[in-house]
Amino acid sequence: MAITMTEAAQLHVARNLSARQKGIGVRLGVKTTGCSGLSYLLEFVDEALKEDRVFDVGTIKVFVDPKSLLFLDGTELDYVKEGINEGFEFKNPNVKNECGCGESFHV
Amino acid sequence: MALMQIAEPGVFTSDRRQPMRAVGIDLGTTNSLIAIVEDGAPKVLSDSNGGFLIPSVVHYEKDGDVLVGANAQLKVLTDPLNTLSSIKRLLGRGITDMARLGDKLPYEVELREGGMPTILTRFGPVSPVQVSSEILRCVASAGKSYFGSEIDGAVITVPAYFDDSQRQATKDAATLAGIKVLRLLNEPTAAAIAYGLNESEEGIIAVYDLGGGTFDISVLRLTKGVFEVLATGGNSALGGDDFDRVIADWLCEQAGIGPSIDPSTQRLVMNIARSAKEDLTRAECTSITTSGWRGVLSREHFNKMIDSLISETMQTCKLVMRDANIKSNQIKEVVLVGGSTRIPLVREKVNDLFGCKARSELDPDQVVALGAAIQANNLAGNRQSEEMLLLDVLPLSLGIETMGGLTEKIIPRNTTIPVSKSQEFTTFKDGQTAMTIHIVQGERELVSDCRSLARFDLRNIPPMVAGSAKVLVTYQVDADGLLNVSAMEKTSQVVSQIEVKPSYGLEENEILRMLDDSIRYSKNDILIRNLREQQVEADRLIEDLTSALDRDSDILTENELLSLQKSVADLRIFRAECTDHNELSARISTVAKTCESFAQRRMNKSIKLALAGQTLEELEKG
Repeated sequence: MAITMTEAAQLHVARNLSARQKGIGVRLGVKTTGCSGLSYLLEFVDEALKEDRVFDVGTIKVFVDPKSLLFLDGTELDYVKEGINEGFEFKNPNVKNECGCGESFHV
Repeated sequence: MALMQIAEPGVFTSDRRQPMRAVGIDLGTTNSLIAIVEDGAPKVLSDSNGGFLIPSVVHYEKDGDVLVGANAQLKVLTDPLNTLSSIKRLLGRGITDMARLGDKLPYEVELREGGMPTILTRFGPVSPVQVSSEILRCVASAGKSYFGSEIDGAVITVPAYFDDSQRQATKDAATLAGIKVLRLLNEPTAAAIAYGLNESEEGIIAVYDLGGGTFDISVLRLTKGVFEVLATGGNSALGGDDFDRVIADWLCEQAGIGPSIDPSTQRLVMNIARSAKEDLTRAECTSITTSGWRGVLSREHFNKMIDSLISETMQTCKLVMRDANIKSNQIKEVVLVGGSTRIPLVREKVNDLFGCKARSELDPDQVVALGAAIQANNLAGNRQSEEMLLLDVLPLSLGIETMGGLTEKIIPRNTTIPVSKSQEFTTFKDGQTAMTIHIVQGERELVSDCRSLARFDLRNIPPMVAGSAKVLVTYQVDADGLLNVSAMEKTSQVVSQIEVKPSYGLEENEILRMLDDSIRYSKNDILIRNLREQQVEADRLIEDLTSALDRDSDILTENELLSLQKSVADLRIFRAECTDHNELSARISTVAKTCESFAQRRMNKSIKLALAGQTLEELEKG
């Protein structure tokens, strides 16, 4: 079971955290919404949940709840620029299908 | 995928701490139920009267109160015009369907042109959607008292044959009652889920549903957790009430009760008949006492009385299996739904017909609601183990009308939903500034043979040469099978869209008939399609040539002009008369050939015009 991040992603998470001036790490998760069943969740963590699995990626702590981990195992978080758009991208080897808009996926 | 930013914590954690209060609701013709999942097991909730079955009856009181359920049912005989039952039969129906049912209904229906049909009560006109929402509100209140707070969402079941309008009406009723619909679920699918049949890999399942007043048979195919409705059939006026009536008639005859009896005696007799019927599901015979008459009714005798009614349902089952193109031995499981399937003779006959033992461990009155509760729980994400989302499929293809009255399928039938598909279309005439998007449902090639769902116009397309506008039409079907269509002209970004709203209902067997027809007429349909396509082609050529001749007749000799005009005129006549697409296509290419040199000269002329008066240097500079 592992979650990884590219250097660009680590840099941006660290920047985001310091700009926010609080928080102990980031949470990666999945929600059951979107048109193809599941969608990703990315948020700051102020307080860990009891059942969370914690991964140390460089200097960053990544929190994943066990249920989400089933869908996210092996995922690499990347930070990319697409034209004028930039943001985080989940590279998830478990995905079998994505919906047209890329909001949600299917495993 | 879409790029993300890191969000503030909240959504996720609050979701997890508070499990969603999700319920399953079986909104039935006769009775409605509500069920929840408690500690992993589904159970039906009882209403304030302590009953599981909440009669789907709404009564409008003199003092302005609305009664729902058992209390309303007491008023059926005394105040029929203000007591509405079996409202589900009218839900999502249009004026035409209502007019057909009109004189059979015990209350006054008002049909207004262009509007939804309404029922006249002392509260003024009420729509079937409003009445259904009263029922849903009452049912949901049972959930509210169980959870101690409002429910977060519900899975509501609908018959498999419900069309878009009827599904939308059900959803509207829920919204009106303040209930968030997680999903609409087909009743037979819900029954199959209640038995956990979705957990096996695949197989064909029959669901035999004999309720108080309706009979439905559905054949489902399960593939990798997806249920597909292969065929449905039934009788909307056959059920347990008919069995009661048979006993009541016999009773009246035996006891010498005359044909014209007052309503209260009639109700008494019906009640005795019903309890006799219920006794006979357990006992071999039952004794009956009524106004000075005593007698015994044996199960054997009862079976004889109802035999023809049950045989009728068996015939329907056979027809539906034939429609689905399957044999009884291919059916893996049969599920019994509806109170009347408790009758031993029904079970016996179902077992015989399908050659296997029908599933009946769960209460047949509750099974649909239980399945809906399980599905609601899954959708709400409350299930602990691996999540499984159950998918539904489109029963009929969704298409769009193209030139010549032809159907272009955008989303083929049996596509799993939710789904979104787009296709690009263009204009037919020069300077065309509007386009009508006509949405149709069905398998046939011609629009006239399909069902029209809706139409809308995309206006303000900038005037362009025919064929150069790019109109992107997108069909989107959400998880409840509701359709949203949008059209956008790409260069100007003008957008227009529509949500398919209730218009009129499909007959119960309409879907089946439409499927059947598409197979039966497939060869003919293709021929007509080919012909229409060539006709459109011919029209385009005639249109192009006529406008070209108008504009550029100066580059032709008189003879050439006459001969071209003649070939256009001939083609016009031939197009109107010809019934063979090959001949028409051949003629089109001949005409196209004769005007080749004209086309070339026009091209030269326009190039010359463009170049006229410009020196080589100017051209090179661009």
